[in-house]
Amino acid sequence: MLRLEKRPQPSRVWTWATPPLAVMITMIAGGALFAALGKDPAEAIATIFWKPLFGEFAFYYRPQLLIKAAPLILIAIGLSLGFRAGVWNIGAEGQYIAGALTGAGVGLAFYPLDSWVVFPLMVLAGALGGWAWAMIPALLKVRFGTNEILVSLMLVYVAEQLLAAMALGPMRNPDGRGFPGSRNLRDYPAAHNAEIISGTGMHWGVAAAVIAVILAYVLLSRHLLGFHIRLAGQAPRAARFSGVRPGRLVVICLGTSGALAGLAGMFEVAGPAGQVSIDFNVGYGFTAIIVAFLGRLHPVGIALAGILMALTYIGGEMAQSTLGLPAAAIQLFQGMLLFFLLAVDLLTNYRVRFRHREAA
Amino acid sequence: MTANLLRVESLTKAYPGVIANDAVSFDIREGEVHALLGENGAGKSTLVKMIYGLVKPDSGSMSLRGAPFAPASPSAARAAGVAMVFQHFSLFDALSVAENVALGMERPPPLRRLAARIREVSETYGLPLDPDRLTGDLSAGERQRVEIIRCLLQEPRLMIMDEPTSVLTPQEVEILFETLRRLTSEGVAILYISHKLEEIRALCDHATILRQGRNVGTCTPRETPAREMAEMMVGASFAAPAGAAHAAGEVALEIAGLSLPAPSAFGTALRDIGLTVRQGEILGIGGVAGNGQDELLAALSGEITTKGQVVRLHGTPVGHLGPAERRRRGLLAAPEERLGHAAAPDMTLTENALLTGADREELLARGFVRWGAARSFAETVIARFDVRTPGPETAARALSGGNLQKFVIGREVLQRPEVFVVNQPTWGVDAAAAAAIRQALLDLAAQGTAILCISQDLDELMEISDRFAALNEGRLSPARPAAGLSVEEVGLMMGGAHDMEVAHV
Repeated sequence: MLRLEKRPQPSRVWTWATPPLAVMITMIAGGALFAALGKDPAEAIATIFWKPLFGEFAFYYRPQLLIKAAPLILIAIGLSLGFRAGVWNIGAEGQYIAGALTGAGVGLAFYPLDSWVVFPLMVLAGALGGWAWAMIPALLKVRFGTNEILVSLMLVYVAEQLLAAMALGPMRNPDGRGFPGSRNLRDYPAAHNAEIISGTGMHWGVAAAVIAVILAYVLLSRHLLGFHIRLAGQAPRAARFSGVRPGRLVVICLGTSGALAGLAGMFEVAGPAGQVSIDFNVGYGFTAIIVAFLGRLHPVGIALAGILMALTYIGGEMAQSTLGLPAAAIQLFQGMLLFFLLAVDLLTNYRVRFRHREAA
Repeated sequence: MTANLLRVESLTKAYPGVIANDAVSFDIREGEVHALLGENGAGKSTLVKMIYGLVKPDSGSMSLRGAPFAPASPSAARAAGVAMVFQHFSLFDALSVAENVALGMERPPPLRRLAARIREVSETYGLPLDPDRLTGDLSAGERQRVEIIRCLLQEPRLMIMDEPTSVLTPQEVEILFETLRRLTSEGVAILYISHKLEEIRALCDHATILRQGRNVGTCTPRETPAREMAEMMVGASFAAPAGAAHAAGEVALEIAGLSLPAPSAFGTALRDIGLTVRQGEILGIGGVAGNGQDELLAALSGEITTKGQVVRLHGTPVGHLGPAERRRRGLLAAPEERLGHAAAPDMTLTENALLTGADREELLARGFVRWGAARSFAETVIARFDVRTPGPETAARALSGGNLQKFVIGREVLQRPEVFVVNQPTWGVDAAAAAAIRQALLDLAAQGTAILCISQDLDELMEISDRFAALNEGRLSPARPAAGLSVEEVGLMMGGAHDMEVAHV
């Protein structure tokens, strides 16, 4: 008979061992899934995890990895602060769109001014846009006690409508012969989020993600605010006793995650995407939730998880095109990853004991 | 003489560190109301949980109408004719009365028939209740009727009631008593748990008094004066207070007109509390749990804020300030609940030292945590208060209750508070640790700190307090010097017989 026994304190070994274990179990279960679909499981797994990095076309896929990982990491870092404090921002996708719109809006407003100030102003506007969008659930929660999960999630759909309206209306390219979508910022050097080192995929958003990882690490491990964030999440009553004001924490956490998501949207619209279009957002804001948990809500873990997630995206696309795996199978595979992570997470706080049933 | 219904013979139940029941024996006769009387922590709850099959006794036996009775679960107890009405109700607000009753039954009849049965029972026993009403709309008294009717539908022989009047208005109490008398006239026995002496005198035929897990006596309440019962309940002797009241300094803490609505459904409203504590003085506040202790602590720690003037520290209004600001000014507190309130269970002792020590122990440098300093502060607490733990990097939840309590008290005491408020300083702590904590409080007062000690342990309060007051339903009695206080006076201050006629109107 299996029994679960609570550990006196969380196991440090398992805290770090569960993510790799979850990845391994996902590979096995995913392999079984691919085999059931009639594909060679070893090849499918290799296509997803190995070929984008070391395969024949790695020179193309490796930069893609950074381009896809950067927004995931940037958003997930912000979300992780809130998740640690028990503030559940599920609407990063909406804040990502809001940041892209304000960032691109500033860039388009200055067109065709050729000045170095344009890009920094866009960065600022992007962060502010995401922050403002996140302030809506934050203030509603603090003032009226609304549920931030619902409000932030609903605002995603509002943001999507706003995006469509902008792409079709005020931000539409005047020279675009009536097609939806804004001017392409790649053709406007002062506003373009270009690669810092050409051919690497390393754009300013990647730099911002690295900085965010470092700052979040310092905040959580060294600063009183980081301590309060952790305290509020683990023991809300003790946090209040300590002097933490819950409302202030809600505003800070939602604001930070909104600003970072807004930044991610702005870097995306000014770089890899290039323009405001109806289908600009591809779900980074939602995937970042998985990334945050996969990375144990720890900044370094999130960086690694973001890269892993980006890899499954790129590898998944590759497997779709080269092996003909259905898209649903790839999504299932990604879902398994989160599922198994949460499942093996149990080992951190519990010990599994095998015990023979005693004679009654 | 009526026949014995339930015989309890030397029931014993021990929990780690405490013997909840030590060879308790008594009999309940058919058709009587039998009171189980005792202070909080005297072992009343454990005893009835054993009778109701929720807890298994370590040793001893019970018999019901002469047949051995050892219920393995509440449903076994119910099948044998034992029912229980709990102090906190387990009802779903969104369901109707009849639906709630059906949920508690093993094989509920169709709702329409059940509703008819509920009407019938409620009329027979004088408990007005409409089975179709939504439970969320009912008053506390009506909710209790739902629970009682749920029990009555099982046609019990013995009904256990855990402090049933604590949620009732005086009028509802009258209705309840009428019902209980009607039940007993039909031969149903009632085991009635309470600490309200006047109530017991009005209702009960016999009383068994528990103190520290032991049966310390039985009596016939109608013929026994309240003060005699209080004496048995509290214990005939108090340890003499340690030394006479020392020369108290000027007023350090002053509360005036503190009234608060109940913060939650199970909370207690505070009503016009006023007190002063002088430097070097210990004011002990007694009272049965749930009479406003947690709320009073929260209002002093800063977790609940009030108008500034309501709480004054050395004459300065601090009622509007939060916990961190009050701590900075020297008002420190240690709440009752160690895990989750005074300390974060999954955090290390170093992190828990930072939890309240950040400011006064200078553990911060421009907002950044000086972890080395926090660690050495934790180490100091561990060393000075003899906290048994592998080290400051151990999670708080890995410590035993007594050791964590020593850490929590030590953390505040070592910050040299001007005023220290503590709730249940030695609750669930072994004797040696409790003595160490009490000594620490006495030493702190000797250094000039004003101490407000809230506790349910009367012996403890009599040992350390200079003055004593009691909390009762959110009201605080006037404080009186502890030295001259007799046992019965303390019992009555706590039990609510004191000035309660006025309060109930």
